[in-house]
Amino acid sequence: MKPRNLAILLATGLAFTATACGGDSSGDAGGDVTITVACQPAKTAPKTRKAWDDDVATFEKAHPGVRVKSTDQQPCFDPKTFAAKLAGGQMETVFVVPVTNYADVIAKRQAKDITGQTKLVKNYGDIKQDVRDMVTKDGKVYGIPNVSYSVGLVYNRKLFKQAGLDPDTPPATWDEVRAAAKKVAGLGDGYVGYGEYGGGNVGGWHFAQSLFSRGGEMVTDHKAAFNSPEGKAVLQTLHDMRWKDDSTGSKVLIGWESLMQQMAAGKTGMMLGAPDVVTDVVQKFQGKAEDYGITAIPDGKASLTGGEAYMINPKANAAQTKAALQWIDFEFNTPGKGRLDFARGKANGEAVGVPNNDYMGDSATGKAIIEGRKANAALPVENYEPYVAATGITPKLEPEKAQELYAVLDVAMSAVLTRENADIDKLLSDAESKANSILAKS
Amino acid sequence: METLTKEPTRQAAPPRGPRPPTKRRRGARRNLIAYGFLCAALFCFAMFAWWPIIREVVLSFQQTNLVDDPEWVGLDNFRTVVDDPAFGQAWRNTLVFTLLALLCGYVVPFAVAIVLNELRHARAYLRFVVYLPVMLPPIVSVLLFRWFYDPGPGLFNQALDLVGLPTLSWLDSTSTALISLVIVSTWMNLGSGVLIYLAALQNIPGDLYEAAELDGAGILKRIWHVTIPQTRLILLLMLMLQIVATMQVFIEPFMLTGGGPENATVTVVYLMYQYAFVYGGNYGAGSALGLMLMVVLLAVAAVQLRLTREEN
Repeated sequence: MKPRNLAILLATGLAFTATACGGDSSGDAGGDVTITVACQPAKTAPKTRKAWDDDVATFEKAHPGVRVKSTDQQPCFDPKTFAAKLAGGQMETVFVVPVTNYADVIAKRQAKDITGQTKLVKNYGDIKQDVRDMVTKDGKVYGIPNVSYSVGLVYNRKLFKQAGLDPDTPPATWDEVRAAAKKVAGLGDGYVGYGEYGGGNVGGWHFAQSLFSRGGEMVTDHKAAFNSPEGKAVLQTLHDMRWKDDSTGSKVLIGWESLMQQMAAGKTGMMLGAPDVVTDVVQKFQGKAEDYGITAIPDGKASLTGGEAYMINPKANAAQTKAALQWIDFEFNTPGKGRLDFARGKANGEAVGVPNNDYMGDSATGKAIIEGRKANAALPVENYEPYVAATGITPKLEPEKAQELYAVLDVAMSAVLTRENADIDKLLSDAESKANSILAKS
Repeated sequence: METLTKEPTRQAAPPRGPRPPTKRRRGARRNLIAYGFLCAALFCFAMFAWWPIIREVVLSFQQTNLVDDPEWVGLDNFRTVVDDPAFGQAWRNTLVFTLLALLCGYVVPFAVAIVLNELRHARAYLRFVVYLPVMLPPIVSVLLFRWFYDPGPGLFNQALDLVGLPTLSWLDSTSTALISLVIVSTWMNLGSGVLIYLAALQNIPGDLYEAAELDGAGILKRIWHVTIPQTRLILLLMLMLQIVATMQVFIEPFMLTGGGPENATVTVVYLMYQYAFVYGGNYGAGSALGLMLMVVLLAVAAVQLRLTREEN
């Protein structure tokens, strides 16, 4: 090699080495740092997107040296691309994970251990203990929860009135649900009293919700426990509503949004759902806000919880992790700021007022959030009072191997919705043996 | 004579400079360009077809979260999918779907192509009309059929009602769900099949038909004795392509039925999707299932090659 070429090669190599070292040291030493954050609102929602961008600018000003880059993938968390994005280095520094995926993401070490750094989120201590426990494994913390709610019963107040039912006294038991559904369906062709799913794993998911509400269990000691009187009651009630009362409609709904679309169309009386269903029915599918109410889950022995937490990319360095937690604190956990700036949300036309978040409980922060939400409500909050008033319902986590079990129970749910002669005992015992073979591999 | 011919050549020797390329060199240069294009094509194939296949084979023996180093698990992934209660049903559904799709998707386009080929008027217009559904993105076609099949205001049930026939549950019954998917699939792929069959039919010499007509053969005999023998190779090719395509059916169950009701429309590829993207990213099990399907399809392809060779 000619001496000149050798010199160029050595100089280039040294430059690369210096750059690489510089990158590491500046990142860890707290110099200039860039973080990527998920969940920027889509361009189709210009007002909320601008609010987010304003928040980014405010945050950067308050934290000199930190640069925030937003990504607007919708939905924010997509289980189909999650692992591939992480493997390909495309995952944001801060990403959101729904409660259904906490265990999986933590077990696969796809979220950073942030134990000891949670103090960077000022109100972390105010988050309810049971909600914090969900992101904690073996004493280590892997995320900052920012949403938590339990399932209730969403109903159409207008249809209730038309059917001669009192919308201020919604059904409190499954027997009352059945009776009310029959009356709503009696309004005429195309009216569905109670909508239910039979596929896409949402059938099995709703089976679990109904089972918990009756006091049943999905899994006990790593064995299927749903082949029980409560499990049988879930399927029997649904079967009778479909074939004796004709109050569930004749479609086997498979998509999560399909039932919400039907609710928004104003011909479905009731469905199981968390308060965010009301938000989607009103905001996404243009249902009339004043028509919808939510009450506690029927029977109310227990209720499946839902929610989400922000987690940190395990590949983030110390400086990025610090900046990421500061961003989470600013945007998602400080009353009056970021996502909790309800006044701005109302001005931007968001569905403020739905009690879809109780992650801070009765703490000072929790009270401030509730007051801010009430003061700026854009929806009729009195319609959600039956849900808020129903305290004391035990929150219940998803069972282990949840998605696999839901897929198994889709079969039983679709069977009672499509076959009049469905053998419920056999459906449950078949599902039980299939579930046990899945659980045995845990 | 030899001297005469050689002498002027020596005198007319070209001045020193680049020698004109010989025939062999010209050939080599042409080949070089061809090899260049070939290399680019091979590179693309290797990157986007062969490498993923190799990765799939490797992945089917591994457990991975795509972040940590993968763990070799031997045949565990295969055991997992074989033990799955939906495994047998998925294969049964896939085979039944393939058979039904062959019956409909093989015969219908061939018949339509023959009719179009026989027409003297509006042939171009009708070809366009038949090909039109192919231009729709599959997702649009599937969503269109979701409305057709709707048990309430759906087009099909309204049509049945109009002529006084009982309405059907279409996608919402275990007895009709799979055939409903076959109808969607046939409709979506009709145009492509017709186009290929038409091209084959137009290559049949007209005098064969004239001779058959002189011998008094009617339309059915002409199809049996002229059309089918003359298009046998293309029929065989289409058969293989149909089997390979229909055994990989995914979008129809994914969009229309979610595999239900009661697993009546779970297919092998749909089950693969569930393993990879619904059951917490079990890519190993999904790959194992994919590998099994690939082996079956390779066997089908081998049989087809054998048949084609015998035909030749």
